[in-house]
Amino acid sequence: MSLRDRCRAGLSATGHGVFAIGLGLLNGPVLALWLVALVLSPVPMLGADLLHIATIVVRWRADIERRLGALAGVPIRRPYWPSPDRAELGSRRWVRWIITDPATWRDTAWLLPGAVVGVTLGVIMVAIPAYGLVGVVLLPLWLFLGDVWFGYGVFWPTATLAEAWLAFPQGLILVVVSLGAAPLLRRTDILFARLFLAPTKAAELRLRVAHLTTTRADAIGAQAAELRRIERDLHDGAQARMVAVGMTIGLAERLVLRDPGAALKLLAEARTSNTAALVDLRHLVRGIHPPVLAERGLEGAVQALALHLPVPVEVTSQLPGRLETPIESAVYFAVAEALANIGRHSRAGSAWVHLRHAEGRLFVEVGDDGVGGADATRGTGLHGIERRLGTFDGTMMITSPSAGPTVMTMEVPCALSSPKT
Amino acid sequence: MRVVIAEDLTLLRDGLTRLLEAFDFEVVAAVDNGPALLPTLLQHRPDVAIVDVRLPPTYTDEGLKAAIAARIAIPGLPVLVLSQHVEPLYARELLTDSGRGVGYLLKDRISDVEQFVQAVQQVAAGGTALDPEVVSQLLARREPLKGLTPREHDVLKHIAEGRSNAAIAAQLFITEKVVSKYINNIFSKLGMPPSDDDNRRVLAVLRYLDV
Repeated sequence: MSLRDRCRAGLSATGHGVFAIGLGLLNGPVLALWLVALVLSPVPMLGADLLHIATIVVRWRADIERRLGALAGVPIRRPYWPSPDRAELGSRRWVRWIITDPATWRDTAWLLPGAVVGVTLGVIMVAIPAYGLVGVVLLPLWLFLGDVWFGYGVFWPTATLAEAWLAFPQGLILVVVSLGAAPLLRRTDILFARLFLAPTKAAELRLRVAHLTTTRADAIGAQAAELRRIERDLHDGAQARMVAVGMTIGLAERLVLRDPGAALKLLAEARTSNTAALVDLRHLVRGIHPPVLAERGLEGAVQALALHLPVPVEVTSQLPGRLETPIESAVYFAVAEALANIGRHSRAGSAWVHLRHAEGRLFVEVGDDGVGGADATRGTGLHGIERRLGTFDGTMMITSPSAGPTVMTMEVPCALSSPKT
Repeated sequence: MRVVIAEDLTLLRDGLTRLLEAFDFEVVAAVDNGPALLPTLLQHRPDVAIVDVRLPPTYTDEGLKAAIAARIAIPGLPVLVLSQHVEPLYARELLTDSGRGVGYLLKDRISDVEQFVQAVQQVAAGGTALDPEVVSQLLARREPLKGLTPREHDVLKHIAEGRSNAAIAAQLFITEKVVSKYINNIFSKLGMPPSDDDNRRVLAVLRYLDV
């Protein structure tokens, strides 16, 4: 860690100290509001609404703390149960949801100790460097103006000019030490908050179940839509063409003795329809499961994809075996989408794909040296990829600064099945 | 002309055999799996082998691998590879050794019987027959060769697909004489000395596709 990084970390932690004081002082009124709401909750017409509003305020405050945690590099996940659907403000279902969620009580329990810890640490983080700054800047300045009437640090009161000037190194030491220690103090504050604000084991499991439910629904929905699309494509494409082929051949059979010329024409027509049906089927098959993927696995299929791009694509791969088919397929389509985007938008001169498997995870990186500025939030294609990978607990990230390079990284936990043949 | 066929689907194997026999080819053996192909080829030494990419037992690219292995065992053995789909990647692998006597076509092309038979003969004679789809896919991603006129480009594309001069002439509505003039221009622009060697066609194709 360079000196500059250390300085930056110290300063941002000191900033956190300032926030911690302000927010800690806010905890009091928030707690008071919640307690009042709790006491008044049996009151008809008003109690339930008030409790609801108070809870929203408490959660808003807790979320700020979680966000500060994320900024400090200690992410704290939201532990709340998913809210009931279509519930009115202050309705019975809302109240039950609030009261029964342990996270509600843990938030509240944190407010007071959290305020004490936050304010204490915040004051230490802010006051010491401030005092140091006084020694560095203000005191020598006043002395310079000839105003010797108090002391600083170990020399109190200041007797001689030399002692006064010694305020400078003392202040400097205080500033350096406090900036160095600030990140530690910030971490302490966040870790204390995490004790209360992070999900418990049970909540973790519940969140996991909620996540699985969502991704499973996504997967089933996507699969159903896919099957519908395949059915429609077959019905309107190849199937219809084969019907036409049959009819044309039947006609040609009838004409072959009477009018061989016309029969020949019809047969040629049938052959054309047949070829078109094959083209349809080939496109359909490619969309379901690209043959090259079945034949060569992910690595070979990605190499085949790379050949379709107008820019040179370097494919490197460290996969000691084949992946499971569903994951292989999801990752293949993700890479295909990424490469298509490079072809469409990036104006790149070259691109690369790295495939790597380590510690039970597959790491995929697709990058290009183009103009950058790709936006992960836009584009349904990318969203589709994310959902597809989400089914396997996979994640996708895109970094694309405005001058490039654009890099898309994917991570999917998976085992390698059979070794390479 | 003696042919060996490797195709796992009985319907297609019999259909191919019937079709080739109708055009006076002699099908000396027809195998239905990858491992049997190489011994059969070594035993019969056919004039051309027609091989399906996907064969048992793996149902992956067994046929392609067997074809490449066969060409290593019997250098210059003409092989025509057939598949339900074409991949430029496979074309490159097939063409890397010399490009002589190599064909790679979609199975769809069999339905145009005469052209298919022409492709088989072309490959048996040591030429190249690449599916138009492969050619267009390989070309979609690169700039046209420097110095070739669009017309010369067209002619070269047809050569890559394995067409004879006569067929190219008919396709482009020009005389054969004009076609050979184009071809001579192409060869000289690609820096190949003029000669009547069929090999030059293959070399031009390889250079053209940048394999």
